[in-house]
Amino acid sequence: MLRFLLVRILQALPVIFVVITATFFLVRSAPGGPFDQEKVVIPEVRAALEAQYRLDLPLHEQYFAYLGDLAQGDLGPSFKYPGRSVNEILFAGLPVTAELGLYALIIALVIGVTAGVFASLKPNTAQDYIPMSLAMIGICMPSFLLGPLLVLIFGIWLDWLPITGWGDIPGDKILPAVTLGSAYAAYIARLSRAGMLEILSQDYIRTARAKGLPEWRVVTQHALRGGLIPVIAFLGPAFAGLLAGSFVVETIFQIPGLGRFYVQAAFNRDYTMILGTTVFLSTLIVFFNLVSDVVAAWLNPRLRQQFKGGSA
Amino acid sequence: MVSGNRDGILHYGNGTEPQGLDPHVVTGVPENHIIRALFEGLAVKNPITLEPEPGVAQRWDFSEDGRIITFYLNPEAKWSNGEQVTASDYVWSWNRALHPMTGNEYSYMLFPVKNAEAYLKAEISDFAEVGVKALDDTTLEVTLNEPTPYFVQLMDHYSTFAVHPETLLRFGEMTDRYTPWTRVGNIVSNGAFTLSEWSLNRRIIVEKSQHYWDRDTVSLNGVVFYPMENVVSEERMFRVEQLHYTQVVPLDKIPLYRDMPDTPYVQSAYLGTYYYLINTKRPPVDDARVRKALAMTVDREKLTRTVLQQTAFPAYSITPPDTLGYFPPKLFDYDPTEARRLLAEAGYPNGEGWPGLEILYNTNEGHRKIAVAIQQMWKSELGIDITITNQEWKVYLDSVTQIDFQVARRGWIGDYVDANNFLDLFITDGGNNNTNYSDPLYDDLILYRAPAAKTREERYALFEQAETMLMDEMPIIPIYTYTSKHLIHPSVEGLHSNLMDSLNLKYVKLIPGRTLPEALR
Amino acid sequence: MNTVSSPAFDAVEQGSSLWHDAWLRLRKNKLALLGGAVLLFMIVIALLTPWIAPYSYEAQNLDLGASPPSAAHWLGTDIFGRDLLTQVMYGGRISLAVGFIATAVALLIGVTWGAIAGYVGGRVDAIMMRLVDILYALPFMIFIVLLMVVFGRNILLLFLAIGAVEWLTMARIMRSQVQSLRQQEFVEAAVSVGLSPATIIRKHIVPNALGPIIVYTTLTIPSVMLLEAFLSFLGLGIQPPATSWGLLISYGAETMEEYPWLLIFPGCALTLTLFSLNFLGDGLRDALDVRGSKD
Repeated sequence: MLRFLLVRILQALPVIFVVITATFFLVRSAPGGPFDQEKVVIPEVRAALEAQYRLDLPLHEQYFAYLGDLAQGDLGPSFKYPGRSVNEILFAGLPVTAELGLYALIIALVIGVTAGVFASLKPNTAQDYIPMSLAMIGICMPSFLLGPLLVLIFGIWLDWLPITGWGDIPGDKILPAVTLGSAYAAYIARLSRAGMLEILSQDYIRTARAKGLPEWRVVTQHALRGGLIPVIAFLGPAFAGLLAGSFVVETIFQIPGLGRFYVQAAFNRDYTMILGTTVFLSTLIVFFNLVSDVVAAWLNPRLRQQFKGGSA
Repeated sequence: MVSGNRDGILHYGNGTEPQGLDPHVVTGVPENHIIRALFEGLAVKNPITLEPEPGVAQRWDFSEDGRIITFYLNPEAKWSNGEQVTASDYVWSWNRALHPMTGNEYSYMLFPVKNAEAYLKAEISDFAEVGVKALDDTTLEVTLNEPTPYFVQLMDHYSTFAVHPETLLRFGEMTDRYTPWTRVGNIVSNGAFTLSEWSLNRRIIVEKSQHYWDRDTVSLNGVVFYPMENVVSEERMFRVEQLHYTQVVPLDKIPLYRDMPDTPYVQSAYLGTYYYLINTKRPPVDDARVRKALAMTVDREKLTRTVLQQTAFPAYSITPPDTLGYFPPKLFDYDPTEARRLLAEAGYPNGEGWPGLEILYNTNEGHRKIAVAIQQMWKSELGIDITITNQEWKVYLDSVTQIDFQVARRGWIGDYVDANNFLDLFITDGGNNNTNYSDPLYDDLILYRAPAAKTREERYALFEQAETMLMDEMPIIPIYTYTSKHLIHPSVEGLHSNLMDSLNLKYVKLIPGRTLPEALR
Repeated sequence: MNTVSSPAFDAVEQGSSLWHDAWLRLRKNKLALLGGAVLLFMIVIALLTPWIAPYSYEAQNLDLGASPPSAAHWLGTDIFGRDLLTQVMYGGRISLAVGFIATAVALLIGVTWGAIAGYVGGRVDAIMMRLVDILYALPFMIFIVLLMVVFGRNILLLFLAIGAVEWLTMARIMRSQVQSLRQQEFVEAAVSVGLSPATIIRKHIVPNALGPIIVYTTLTIPSVMLLEAFLSFLGLGIQPPATSWGLLISYGAETMEEYPWLLIFPGCALTLTLFSLNFLGDGLRDALDVRGSKD
């Protein structure tokens, strides 16, 4: 098990390195720089600005300087917000996005697993079709369609829920979390249904039933564990998707999170911010993928056997 | 929220999260609003007439030849730590604003000062040679290159504000750009409010200053600035009474607001012009006749009425009308017949042989709508093929500065209320000219003869001459004059509309007990 | 699976019974059939749009402005007075085109990559799949945003960018299919007969791996279309004057209180198409008895 972990971590490192390098050169090759303004910048002023931010150095020197800072955990100053470091901005936005993502994930898991398991118990009947069709809506309706609709219905017409802000008014976290979580609820519903269907057709389930165990015990004690493996494995990629989706949701609901900052940074050519966010998020994603792979492997008795033998 | 009315707290929608609060480093309108709440300049503007009024300076004198201005500072003007604001604070601050290492993008605001430009360009290195001296704690003597009638106006622009030297030096060198001196707890400022909270991307809270010299006039207890990029969300927040004031109003909602009785919608003329730049060196628009034909085929009345929902005024010149009493001449009109004649004369009768033309704009819904409408007008009236393309902001700025386009959208907002601010855009090789237009006679008018004029009438007459020369060559197509549009909650008083959309928050009052009109609830 | 002499005979024999069974199963799945029918309808309309659209794409009617559905304009008009039905039809052309073409790009790259890796095996396989793993771990949304911002948005780049994201799963699936097929006796027979690897891959392996490929292709198209809509919403995808359903939805969302039809109709078009693709894909998956991959 330990060896599996180690191998995976080592595999993750080149990924992060590629990310850093690719992003660095990609961003620097973009036309337009962080100091372009609509009212033209006097050459002397621009020179001073570029010197302060090391932009006057040759590209490869900037790269190595950046790597050096990175090794010390310093992501540099933001170009767009003088006086703030990237670390600071990241850590201001991160808890918000993380909280949003967490709520969305919880909603997705609760709704998704319940619907999926429920549907799998009576395949090809109404109990199956209805939840799965609803799940399909979640998949087919983009968040920037669903979000505004929810705002319109619950925020404006019915006036039940607040429509902007995060933590300012009670209840203002509900709509954003639901908007973000609904697509994932749908995927999770489908995955759990498929996983459960596969497990429920296994011999050991039939044995359990034959032994006279009540259905609910069959499901929860025997089937769930194996049936939910695909869901666990999905959590890694789901997390990555949630981060991406957070941008749209954060914009619609005016939530001060990382997603909103990220795209602004891209448009503003805030080099250090883009790099910092990309590195940070990539590392997080790689980490989450690792965790979910490990957990999925651990849950799967067949795979566990493999690890005892030390192969990966 | 509406409880703000009772507490005297104004909730203010403020566009994007500010870059920072350092007056010599930031640029941008959202920053402007907050900095002006925290700091005050030598002079402020009367909120209705926009003429200069005492700020930190109680009064000022001009010398006989108009080249020396002496500002007499109010001894009661204090920093938020209780210390007096002195003339040497200004000398230090202008040194910083003009120092090449600081990288102040608005340094040109101080160029009328003697040797200021030379100092910025590192042609001289001793700041003592720049025309600003502290004669004593409360007397500031400013020497100009030549008489500059609008100079006192400039003192209301934040890049000319003073900062507290000791505070800045605590955190770094004078020219350092990103020190924590502007953080809550560190910052020392001299305005009506002081900074009490700054939550990144969430809100900035300022509260009434106990040291401000005019604090008895200030009625508000505090202001909460919200960074609201999404125009649509901002309007929604206003409607559920989470905001007193919105920065903008979504175009499509404006007709609804207009028709409402007791509407919270306030629209007023704004010192800015929306126009299209024309690259006068690239065919087919290198021919003035073609340019004029294009200008005459834009139906500005229709555009402003339909696409812009009457939130703008048609513009036929670069300077907005009534810029401190200056009215530009109207030298052409919507005339497709004449336009067709000109186009034929230039060699493209009915659009035959037209090589194509591309309009460039930066990615933005509003600009797109206008470009699409104009594209259609040119196509249907002149029979010519037009394409439109958009580029993302930074890329677009690059194209504009490199003059890599045929026709490009542009907007110019005045930094101070004077026609010079607009007309001097088009001097030869002006950084913001972007059209390859060059005329030594025009340069002469703008750079030498107008500043030397003895009276306002004389000066304005010279401006009219310049404007006429410009429209004769048509290196730009003026389209409309901006307006400022806001939604203001009925409980807010003291927010006067003016051409600079410049509010002085010290005059704002909140009256509790008032609510939004019926139609909105 | 028999070891009779001619490989061609094998392929045909296996092919027909597999497909035939699948078709029978598919026919029973009403939802999938409905999805297929709707999809076909959308495609036909998209193809015929230049001839059957009621108005010209650019015809503005500034005085009319935005108006609700009426006899003259079945779906209403936008703020320029342009007919919404026409816009939705042209937008559909682009959205579907992006969906199909980008998926085709992903397909081509992914299938080739996965087939080579799976067939050759050994070090080559290890390296190729390592690359896939690295790319898989990259936060693609972030990169696409960056790519589009940096290089400007032209439609070709959009196809490439989207295709570049989606090929990875295809490669993995293809590789595992190829790996399991390679061990089959009929392939060993082909090898012993002396056929080149390229021929074997082309004639034997790919046809038999077609099942999962078809299913995943059908399921990739909607995810590609969503990706395009997402990018267009951010202003990074399709640029005006072209339009797509994603663009129409993002415009409509802004004015949905005054002009809800501008949001509802494009939203319906997109959602309906995505529904159809997904139901069809699901049906195909059940019919071809393809197991969900744990990737």
